[in-house]
Amino acid sequence: MTPYRLPAGGLIDRRTPLSFTFDGKPLTGFAGDSLASALLGNGRLLLGRSFKYHRPRGILTAGAAEPNALMTIGTGGRTEANTRATMQELYAGLEARSQSRWPSLAFDIGALNGLLSPFLGAGFYYKTFMWPAPLWEKLYEPFIRKAAGLGTASYTADPDTYEKCWAHCDLLVIGSGPAGLAAALTAGRAGARVILVEEHAAAGGMLLSETAQIDGKPAQDFVAQTMAELASLANVTMLLRTTAFGWYDGNVFGAIERVQKHVPVPLAARAVERLWRIVAKKALLATGAEERPLVFGGNDIPGVMMAGAMRTYLNRYGVAPGRQVAIFTTNDSGYALATDLEAHGIVPEIIVDSRADAAFPYQGKARVVTGAVVSDAAGGKALSSITVLRNGETETVAVDALAMAGGFSPIIHLACHRGAKPLWSDAQSAFLAPGNLVGLDLAGSVATTSGIAACFEDGARKAMALLDEISVHTTPAAPIAVEGDIVSPPARPLWTVPGVKGKAFVDFQNDVHRRDLDLAVQEGYGHVELAKRYTTNGMATDQGKLSNVNAIGLLAEARGVSPDDVGTTTFRPFYTPVSFGALAGASHGHDFQPVRRSPLHDWARRLGATFVETGLWYRSSFFPRPGETTWRESVDREVLNVRAHAGLCDVSMLGKIEICGRDAAEFLNRVYSNAFLKLPVGKARYGLMLREDGMIYDDGTTSRLSENHYFMTTTTAYAAGVMNHLEFCAQVLWPDLDVRLASSTDQWAQMAIAGPKARRILQTIVDADLSNDAFPFLAAREVSLFGGALHGRLFRISFSGELAYELAVPAGYGESVAEALMDAGALHGIQPYGVEALSVLRIEKGHVTHNEINGTATAGDLGFGKMVSATKPDFIGKAMVGRPGLVDPERAQLVGVRPLDPETSFRTGSHILALNAEATLENDQGYVTSSAYSPHIGSTIGLALVKRGASRHGETVTIWNGIRNEFTPGRLCDPVFFDPENEKLHV
Amino acid sequence: MASLVPCPHCGARPREEFTIKGAALVRPAADADPAAWMDYVYLRDNPRGRYDEHWHHTAGCRRWLVVTRDTATHEIAASREAVLGAAGEARP
Repeated sequence: MTPYRLPAGGLIDRRTPLSFTFDGKPLTGFAGDSLASALLGNGRLLLGRSFKYHRPRGILTAGAAEPNALMTIGTGGRTEANTRATMQELYAGLEARSQSRWPSLAFDIGALNGLLSPFLGAGFYYKTFMWPAPLWEKLYEPFIRKAAGLGTASYTADPDTYEKCWAHCDLLVIGSGPAGLAAALTAGRAGARVILVEEHAAAGGMLLSETAQIDGKPAQDFVAQTMAELASLANVTMLLRTTAFGWYDGNVFGAIERVQKHVPVPLAARAVERLWRIVAKKALLATGAEERPLVFGGNDIPGVMMAGAMRTYLNRYGVAPGRQVAIFTTNDSGYALATDLEAHGIVPEIIVDSRADAAFPYQGKARVVTGAVVSDAAGGKALSSITVLRNGETETVAVDALAMAGGFSPIIHLACHRGAKPLWSDAQSAFLAPGNLVGLDLAGSVATTSGIAACFEDGARKAMALLDEISVHTTPAAPIAVEGDIVSPPARPLWTVPGVKGKAFVDFQNDVHRRDLDLAVQEGYGHVELAKRYTTNGMATDQGKLSNVNAIGLLAEARGVSPDDVGTTTFRPFYTPVSFGALAGASHGHDFQPVRRSPLHDWARRLGATFVETGLWYRSSFFPRPGETTWRESVDREVLNVRAHAGLCDVSMLGKIEICGRDAAEFLNRVYSNAFLKLPVGKARYGLMLREDGMIYDDGTTSRLSENHYFMTTTTAYAAGVMNHLEFCAQVLWPDLDVRLASSTDQWAQMAIAGPKARRILQTIVDADLSNDAFPFLAAREVSLFGGALHGRLFRISFSGELAYELAVPAGYGESVAEALMDAGALHGIQPYGVEALSVLRIEKGHVTHNEINGTATAGDLGFGKMVSATKPDFIGKAMVGRPGLVDPERAQLVGVRPLDPETSFRTGSHILALNAEATLENDQGYVTSSAYSPHIGSTIGLALVKRGASRHGETVTIWNGIRNEFTPGRLCDPVFFDPENEKLHV
Repeated sequence: MASLVPCPHCGARPREEFTIKGAALVRPAADADPAAWMDYVYLRDNPRGRYDEHWHHTAGCRRWLVVTRDTATHEIAASREAVLGAAGEARP
């Protein structure tokens, strides 16, 4: 026999049937169903195979702790594996597929593992697969990966969007059962900002599964009335379908809202999931309690279910678990189920109460056997009978459903997320939340309160107390009158069920059974943390919500100690799995990081630039022309054209910092290693910044625009870092200096105009005289452009070694100024050039970048020894730059390198060996930091950091590429390959 | 996942807005003993408990702060302008 839908009852909408499929078979449920209740309503009991033994599994719970009924839902990019059928709302067209089965759910080859189970016990990974080692890769691992594991992820991109947001409140209430509702009402009526979080689609918690009456009405009516009042309060926010999954520093809670996981096709304009970070002045955990399974043989056979879950299916979803139902209980709560079953005309076959002294005043028709246990359940894919053991005598009872009521564990997870350990209570037979929590309290059954009325009162009282602490004064919601509530006092736990013959599962999802735990203790792995890893108990996606407490109880019994002595493993976020999509939010694909485009981006794009990503920036790499078939052709042309005529290059992405104040000169003098005090107004100077350890940090030019106004440029990569560093120097190291800093990187479009004809071209738009006398090398001034129509800043500085200028204009004018220069320069052969050509030009001149300033290079290493002032009283790096290791003549120094045969080449990163030396680490003398093909030299050229490099010009060496096994004979040389006398610079 | 840092200028702000430099040490004088410089540049205490660190409110007011953080609990006991002394007074 099987479960079935009752003709009436439940909170489902029977006028709205919904079609869905399970493993391709069309089925029908109702609006308000969970996928689990819809499957049960269709008589489906077998829903999956277990992880290790591939045993048939059904549905165990009606909530977040479900270990068995995991399925893959959706198709294509919306495929979602390991969805708990108990948490998934049914929608029209839902496609669900079972997992962990092959070739089919009913006939599964992996079930043979069950026969091998004596070899698959605790620690089997460690024992079985120790040797021979090569078999791991080839045999064991592929086999285990295929056989084990849960659902399979889709390889198609997720088409949906996710978002993240922050929220703030006076009181966060987690859970909307009687305690949560009372707290929200109490706080809401007093005007406090309240956020109420409920993980299901409907608020009410266990009240939705109750037959008790509140204030003379069904509990569900009371919930509806309360929710209506809360909805009318503008200061109360209700987040349904939202799981609070973690408690973090600063009383911040993480919560995941499943916005559109219950609809056939999500609206594209809305996120499907929303990750909340909720900053709560105070928070109340009203998460209730989890019912504990009982550990008897065959307790995993489809048809065995938690008693509370059975009540939920019965009362909330109108689904009966079977026709011949048995109840195995250790406490009074089992009788609540018996009463509800009888109300639907199902008289339980038997109630097995483990207590010899059970004294519940049961009035129903079912046979009650006290002092007895269910020792075993039988059946393959569906339960067929149970064995009842009493006083050494067994009795077999034919049943098709069995409820387990093993007592309750408060759901204290979030209260333990910040490191405090839970405490065992013998009186409550449960682990309770740690004491002295700050900003968080617990109310209702999570705080061991029993009964609806008491939980309601507890919620109201605790909310009042929490709000008192932040001076929000409230009146607790008035108590409620409850009838028909079966209040179950805590009962002694039944860890070991006597007389068990079959496999008695503790962790259903990871297939850990009772004997595995015994074995762990026997073999010396009885410590709770060791037993977890040895048996894998509690390591599945459900994180041991049902299994951990039973495992601890069993370990305690096996070791002859109290559960208090065993203790728990650590509770960590997330309470339930959170999708990567939600954690990533909008930061994926194209939006993974912001894109920075220069003010000249569109100008370069119109000229056909190929762009390259450098950090966040898109830089123009080169500008191919018709007929050019390789990038090298384009780059060679651009390089030759700069040296022969002129080129225009976008350098807007350099970091730009305005530095002002009476002490700006002194400030610069301390942050640069070279002297800046005497830089005249109207002049630029190359500057070197060190770190305190003496290594070079960054370089750039700084110009003095007026007495107390300087303009600094940094390298593109270190722009943000240098700004932070300068602020540290100004605010922390030398707050007495009068200096102000402002980043203006985005405010200026900056272009380099380089080449022998640069002056003639620039002069057409610059009003001032640009002759060498009037505007010499390193001149830096504000200039008037286009007859006074625009003002910009002009710097006569050169990275290419040519007569060159950098012109900065307000960003918005960048494109039109660049176009004006291109128009004016057409006559003189101007061409745009990109960062590839820029790089070739600078390597030809031996100019360094962060390829050479790599964090291990000193100023001396790069030939800048004279730029480290010996006379300044202080600057960043001064104290350490003279350490013996930093001035060792054996250090790697900057040197040029070229192949002996111009037809041969080498790559950046290749190492330098003494000529014909063996390629070993010991013989390694340094490496190539930059390389390029130089059309002027007619071969590849490189810059390298080589031991004593500065004194080895002319030496023949071997250039070794260990990855490609290439050996290129080469020669060390002066790093300046082109115009070493700088004749072109000063014309 | 989340934590909030109190900024004396901006109020409680998410940690992502800040950059952490490390221990809030006082820079030695330029001519201090090399051992003092060695300590300043390389040696760090690793206490369990309260620790003063330099934090930069990079995506906020861009001020450098001294944040007193408990290394075991991440609890932040205080934050102040780095330029001010512990009692909120200008550093000598």
